Amino acid sequence: MEPVCYRYDGTFAGFLTCVWDALENQIEPVGFFSPDGGATLWEEREPPADRERARRLYAALARRVSPAFQKLVARGFLTCLPEKELALLTLVRRGLREGDRVRLDLSDPVMARVNLALAKMWTEWDHLKGFIRFSDLDGMLVGEIEPKNRVLPLLAGHFAARYSGERLALYDRTHHEIFLSDRGRWKLLPAEDFRMGPAGETERAYRAMWRKYYQTIAIEGRRNPKCQSTHLPKRYRHVMTEFISDEEMETALPGQIPAGALETGLQAGGSRDAPGAAE
Amino acid sequence: MEVMDKLTILADAAKYDAACTSSGVVRGARPGTIGTATNSGCCHTFSADGRCVSLLKVLYTNHCCYDCAYCVNRRSNDVRRTAFTPRELAELTIQFYRRNYIEGLFLSSAVLKNPDYTTERMIETLRLLRTEYHFNGYIHAKAIPGADPGLTYELGLLADRLSVNIELPSESSLSLLAPDKSKAAIFKPMAQIRDGAAQSKAELKLYRHAPRFAPAGQSTQMIVGATPESDRHILALTEGLYRKYRLKRVFFSAYMPVSDHKNLPVPAGFKPPLLREHRLYQADWLLRFYGFTAGEILDEGRPNFDEALDPKSDWALRHPEFFPVEVNRADYETILRVPGVGVRGARKIVTARRYGPLSFEGLKRLGIVMKRAQYFITCSGRMLPGLRFSPDTVYRRLTGLEREALPPEQGEQITLFDSMIS
Repeated sequence: MEPVCYRYDGTFAGFLTCVWDALENQIEPVGFFSPDGGATLWEEREPPADRERARRLYAALARRVSPAFQKLVARGFLTCLPEKELALLTLVRRGLREGDRVRLDLSDPVMARVNLALAKMWTEWDHLKGFIRFSDLDGMLVGEIEPKNRVLPLLAGHFAARYSGERLALYDRTHHEIFLSDRGRWKLLPAEDFRMGPAGETERAYRAMWRKYYQTIAIEGRRNPKCQSTHLPKRYRHVMTEFISDEEMETALPGQIPAGALETGLQAGGSRDAPGAAE
Repeated sequence: MEVMDKLTILADAAKYDAACTSSGVVRGARPGTIGTATNSGCCHTFSADGRCVSLLKVLYTNHCCYDCAYCVNRRSNDVRRTAFTPRELAELTIQFYRRNYIEGLFLSSAVLKNPDYTTERMIETLRLLRTEYHFNGYIHAKAIPGADPGLTYELGLLADRLSVNIELPSESSLSLLAPDKSKAAIFKPMAQIRDGAAQSKAELKLYRHAPRFAPAGQSTQMIVGATPESDRHILALTEGLYRKYRLKRVFFSAYMPVSDHKNLPVPAGFKPPLLREHRLYQADWLLRFYGFTAGEILDEGRPNFDEALDPKSDWALRHPEFFPVEVNRADYETILRVPGVGVRGARKIVTARRYGPLSFEGLKRLGIVMKRAQYFITCSGRMLPGLRFSPDTVYRRLTGLEREALPPEQGEQITLFDSMIS
């Protein structure tokens, strides 16, 4: 058989539609590509995202394999693992054939790769829960991240609960997605553009106090940059208040909150678009 | 004085306290409040010394009526003095918290006038935070030795974690350097906190709305290297504290030369014993998560750590009869004793071998780092093919790995040490 590859829209539903197609037609694809991902020499299949099929397959993963396996696939899709679609397709095939036992096979090369990617994603999630910085801009708490994995859906519930009386906006520069929360009700929206407005006097005063606190709390006789970098990798620092000036916070940032985004009726309990987001 | 100046002075005065954890309690969102707490805590940044910054760690005041030789806030030290007002500190905490700078407040204090008065001011601050600002995040408060038990109890109802610093690892050191504090005055509130927390837990089982007293338990810290106690003494004391006082954590703080008191090491040229502190933490981990006892790690024949080697590898080299461990059959506790295999690694091994026997290739894919473990394990009865070693070469290779892993200056300390023994 000719090598086949899939093109899909990058959504979880789109991916599951391809998996359905591959299982139904016994296709072993050589790759997955996005619509604008360039030309290939292979035969291409592009089944349009079918939410109903995706929903049924997603439910089958829990029913026929296990809820934990379903979660593994959904969370795996949020990682930045190269060729994650091929790896997840392989696991879905095995799961449907062997059952939940497949999750024990930690030394299998594909399972090991997915688990490693998941572990890295959870580490990034854990880091960002602490490293995210908000600015109070006219009463709204606004922040930015630039993560490797698509952790915004996983962070959403945490921050919506923590600041359940506040209005929040958190922008993901990597995946062009924004999390908006209004007193505990939240949603995720695609957003190409985002700009953090200039800070007022009070906001600048608290930033200055935080920077001062940060410098004061270190013990000079124990200075240890290697240890510091292990725990707080440098890639997080360019959006952290204590490492940048007010000017850097405001000038380096492109974009702005999409007009009317906050008035578009936020759903209680969060958006359903991202896999496993509400948990 | 401006709040900025107060913050600078009172954070500077609090920075020698090692504990900055926000763990041990789970609290979801509550309507009308701000904040949550998670069991594992959360680090919000890391300071230039590599320490986790989780809480806003400040003193209420650095006005002190005591004169403890090892402490920067001692009465006789010439430093700028100030105090927050409860409202200033509550407002600062909330504003930092909203911006996700911190996980909560760590409130300690020098002893202003007397222990009771100091505790009352701390209670006022926490009450303001909890009731008026509806703060639902984490609070760690330092119990002041010598305060009225009723006040300490009130403090514990507002805080998640309480701690009493035992300061120095023995009574004789304490009387030498902290004449205003006694062993009894330190252990009394510790026992009170233990009993209060146990009682509160029992009541919560009966009544859902019973008051919560220090739900995240208590911790303590001691200064290492200012006084002559051995590592074995400190570790045995630590184990005793976990057992007898049900502490959640014991912290060690390498002595920083902050004073030229005659009973303390001479500041000129003094290097804080950071490596020793590191070894104590490693041993502390072995006590809490790896099923080791203090007596196994150090004994009379070996009262101090081999600084060139982590305590787990050190134990393994002294117990050749225990190894090699067969990863496909040994139980979880046994696998945990293998140098280089941690809690997560041991769990993965136990899970993965239910699917099928593990090879060395498989172990590597699980994420087990072999550079230490390889000398101590077999897979289906075989050691790693091609591996040749004797007890001597293992010691040399393991200490070599340690040297690479440590920051340069500490590595140098070992190199010196190494050249003296070889």
